[in-house]
Amino acid sequence: MPSAGNYLDVALFSVLPYVALFTFLLVTIERYRGQAFTYSSLSSQFLENQQHFYGLVPFHYGILTVLTGHVVAFFLPAGLLWWNDHPARLYVLEAAGLIFGLLTLVGLLAIATRRLNVPRIREVTSVTDWIVLGLLLMQVASGVYVALVYPWGSSWFAAIVAPYLWSLLELAPNLGAIAPLPLAVKLHITNAYLLILFFPFTRLVHVLVVPNPYLWRRPQVVRWYRRAPSPARHG
Amino acid sequence: MDVRSQIAMVFHLDKCIGCHTCSIACKNIWTDRRGAEYMWWNNVETKPGCGYPTRWEDQQSYRGGWEVADGNLRLKSTSKARIVANIFHHPSLPTLDDYYEPWTYDYQELFNAPEGPDQPTAKPISMVTGKYIDIEAGPNWDDDLGGSPVYAENDPNLAGLTEEQRAQLSAVERLVFFYFPRICNHCLNPSCVAACPSGALYKRGEDGIVLLDQNRCRGWRACVPACPYKKTYYNWSTGKSEKCILCFPRLETGQAPACFHSCVGRIRYLGVLLYDAARIHEVALSSDEELVDAHRSLILDPHDPAVIEAARRNGIHESVLESAQKSPVYRFVKIWKIALPPHIEYRTLPMLFYVPPMSPVMGQQTGGVVEHVSGDLFHDIDASRVPMKFLANLFGAGHEGKVRYALRKQKAVRWYRRALTVGDVEMGVAERMLREADCSSEEAEAIYRLTSLCTFDDRFVIPPMHREEAIEMLEDPLEHKQGVGFGFLQGPRRGL
Ligand code: HEM
Ligand code: SF4
Repeated sequence: MPSAGNYLDVALFSVLPYVALFTFLLVTIERYRGQAFTYSSLSSQFLENQQHFYGLVPFHYGILTVLTGHVVAFFLPAGLLWWNDHPARLYVLEAAGLIFGLLTLVGLLAIATRRLNVPRIREVTSVTDWIVLGLLLMQVASGVYVALVYPWGSSWFAAIVAPYLWSLLELAPNLGAIAPLPLAVKLHITNAYLLILFFPFTRLVHVLVVPNPYLWRRPQVVRWYRRAPSPARHG
Repeated sequence: MDVRSQIAMVFHLDKCIGCHTCSIACKNIWTDRRGAEYMWWNNVETKPGCGYPTRWEDQQSYRGGWEVADGNLRLKSTSKARIVANIFHHPSLPTLDDYYEPWTYDYQELFNAPEGPDQPTAKPISMVTGKYIDIEAGPNWDDDLGGSPVYAENDPNLAGLTEEQRAQLSAVERLVFFYFPRICNHCLNPSCVAACPSGALYKRGEDGIVLLDQNRCRGWRACVPACPYKKTYYNWSTGKSEKCILCFPRLETGQAPACFHSCVGRIRYLGVLLYDAARIHEVALSSDEELVDAHRSLILDPHDPAVIEAARRNGIHESVLESAQKSPVYRFVKIWKIALPPHIEYRTLPMLFYVPPMSPVMGQQTGGVVEHVSGDLFHDIDASRVPMKFLANLFGAGHEGKVRYALRKQKAVRWYRRALTVGDVEMGVAERMLREADCSSEEAEAIYRLTSLCTFDDRFVIPPMHREEAIEMLEDPLEHKQGVGFGFLQGPRRGL
């Protein structure tokens, strides 16, 4: 007989991820098709320029680095384990992870303080903004906590979490390795699913429209209504 | 030769009375909305003055426009490499305080204030936060404040003027100012377009109007610092940037843009220019001194059979060619050469040209009397109250030659007409002036007519835009029969 704890594990680690992912895909696509106008960074730098720098910049550099770390660990777990074979390399990686995690946390706190304290910014703050900030705060704080309390996460992520995530993708969730993980780690994972679930309903969709064509397009853009675009000759 | 057509404009500064009717017409139609209250797609500035946003011409801090580096043209504010650094926090983005905090008044105060010794006042309320505010700036805060230490003295165009020239601008009882109405210049080499990471900004191929696709804009706000004229604006409520659209829905139905239509001074002219798009890059690389001429050389003669042939090959409609041949802008800019681009040194190649103002130039006070006649015919222009260098900083990339040419010609036209109608100037003198100003009497007559006696149809030669054809290429009109229109069917709601 599975215990109540087991049922919870099943709900959180083999049902929630599918619900989250499915919602994410369906809603982002629908939102993009029906309401392209709502895709925006919703920047508030125009209203407040100083605190903006100390929040948005560390937060983004931090989160993007940490997220990249997670993605690499997910795709190349073996590579990561190979890298960590050397204690020196392991320390460097762990320290870097912690530093960028803390950077994210500091930035996030600055963002939240700014939203709370600057009257002009409060005008452009919605309930969903607070949900996003709350979830992110929970995510980053639990991540930093795990990094501090359960070290060598880069190794055990590759060894335990990556296989679990792959098992989800293969539609055969394997909770065996996940079940005994500490509560803080479970919180971090569950909260990540919640973030994915809420993602398409919030401003976070700006992450999906990062402008990569800019890097290779011609500087000038001309739209013709009556003929095919001619190659621009300048710029 | 890659012939394209452009709806271009001329503002005749001598005629602007600074009434702001143009700004109000635009505001009422386009920017009377939440998040857009602070925007003035059309604004009128007093020069010398700081303008709107404050000191927008100071590219040291705003970093707008292009610069030439190692023979290459590059944006001052951003680049493909700098996008990562700029996207989270743009270092040269102007903020609301550089424009002004828009406000309304608490009119209830007028009725509800308790009885007292003073008249009640309507207290100003911020249109951003809804709280009471002290008004510290407005979109035309320096209106008519020529000579003022706070505003006029901080005009970036005073750079390079001697102490003496500066003093001359604000001498007691002789101070001088003129008006400078501004809209988007719908440039040939727009830096806003080049800076947009999302490719949301574009130039319309058929008429050159620069637009910002609201559905593609993602609020990376790179266009705002990039435009050296500060004519793209960030809507803090929708999280999208916006700009002057040259009233294209009006143009498409044969009407002049609202600011043009409503202009009290009738200073505004609009018409088609044909230009050679293949040479834009080369022209934008010219040295400061050559820029005005190089820019003018892009504009093609609409009567030249070779140009017409090339234009037809490029699919430019006959009716547009006809319109280009009647364009008042072509005459002011290319034939008469008395209309000049503003701050051509920003290298965006603006398609709005200004006839530099004569009035502050002409009056030379001697003993309190404004003097108009002098032995040395053009002497007044260089000894005028507004230093030529100041006008050159605005309209000649710092070089006085083109500005002096435009002013001399205008002055010669006036003297010539004066000789004809008032008779206090000898015709011989007037004719000598015309000769020296590189102007024939026919040309003088034509300039006089288009400046003073112009009708609505003389000022605005609007080409048929053939949007019906364009739309038919994208959509089947029959499919939309009895529908609600073609375009944007959801309201512009802020995302969550
Ligand atoms: C992929 C590249 C990304 C880019 C280019 C980007 C860009 C931006 C920009 C321009 C803003 C608006 C800042 C402003 O107010 O001016 C913003 C806000 C924000 N971004 Fe990102 N972002 C990226 C990735 C992320 C990621 C991965 C996350 C988190 C998962 C994230 C979370 C946020 C949040 C929460 C805000 C709102 C901050 C606030 O409340 O003011 N972004 N982002
Ligand atoms: S309406 Fe015409 S005259 Fe009046 S301020 Fe505007 S441009 Fe000048």
